[in-house]
Amino acid sequence: MNKKLFTLFFATLKISAFTFGGGFVIIPLLRRKFVEDLKWIDEEEMLDLIAVAQSSPGAVAVNASILVGYRVAGLLGAFVSVLGTIIPPLFIISVISFFYRAFRDNRFVNVFMAGMLCGVAAVILDVVISMLGILFKNKEKDKGRFITFDRVLSLILLVGAFVANRYFKINIIFIILACALFGVARSFYEKKKGGNRS
Amino acid sequence: MKLLFDLFVSFFQIGLLSFGGGYAAMPLIREQVVDLHGWLSMSGFGDIITIAEMTPGPVAINCATFVGIQVAGIPGALIATLGCITPACIIVTTLAYVYYKYKGLETVKAVLAALRPAIIAMIASAGLSLFELALAPEGSFVWTEAPFNVVALAVFILAFIVCRRFKANPIWVIAGSGLVTFCLFLIF
Repeated sequence: MNKKLFTLFFATLKISAFTFGGGFVIIPLLRRKFVEDLKWIDEEEMLDLIAVAQSSPGAVAVNASILVGYRVAGLLGAFVSVLGTIIPPLFIISVISFFYRAFRDNRFVNVFMAGMLCGVAAVILDVVISMLGILFKNKEKDKGRFITFDRVLSLILLVGAFVANRYFKINIIFIILACALFGVARSFYEKKKGGNRS
Repeated sequence: MKLLFDLFVSFFQIGLLSFGGGYAAMPLIREQVVDLHGWLSMSGFGDIITIAEMTPGPVAINCATFVGIQVAGIPGALIATLGCITPACIIVTTLAYVYYKYKGLETVKAVLAALRPAIIAMIASAGLSLFELALAPEGSFVWTEAPFNVVALAVFILAFIVCRRFKANPIWVIAGSGLVTFCLFLIF
């Protein structure tokens, strides 16, 4: 148990020190560590945890860490991973706040940051491709068919959410609420119909 | 003491009311920090947003630390950060409990299944914004007459190949991209 908490703390500490460019960047990093390396969480569960993190108030990175910590080691795990997540920004900003103008205007710092941003964009593209693969992977009930009702529905939600967020600037929380309502409606419809399509 | 309490309450509100990530939180932070309490001037606020974007960690946490230090030193930074994460700690652990208790229910399964494509779309949208920012022509230092940053595009493609093909750890891909760009800057 103690070893698990140590791993959790140092993993979130290291991950938090590299989440440049917004909360979503923590997702490929958490996924790599907890799904691929440690295998403590499976792929679909990770997507669910991200959905919960995204629908809660506050920083996505902090929320995602709390959920991963809770999943791995309960309340104590959540506490340890929050601690790991806030220490790097707390420390870095505290140090920088004493000479932040010099830091902000430094050419070398800016070039390094611009380069890291390219890496961040590449890492996100990679995780999006992996997640799409999981979303559209073959399930047993598909019976080898390529076009299924589930896949078409997922594609519509995917494109709709993308367009709504990117081109209509709709706040993520409303998109999430709309999709959740759609999910509820679908489950009631199917229950009423008594069909076995899930 | 009153100051520390104010810091805690202000950042508690920011943490409680900011849905949808750091950029959605910015107007809230400005309202509390600049308009309501006058802890920072508008240009000071612009500075901290720039710094928050350049350093790792959530924008709200970075702002809390920065404002806290400016107003009340290290204790201020700690209290402001604590205020910022307290709502999330309570709400998210409750949701985590609910998720693990009820995730087997058909309705919950249907909701989660409907959320998955939307979440991937959100990540893709955020990634595309970062890609545009990375390729912005004003960031280029070689071939400034090009319509976009050629070096950034090359680093992006290289980083993507390393990620996809060689399954490299994203942390080292991000750090490596910074280093490669820095070296190119020194050479040219």
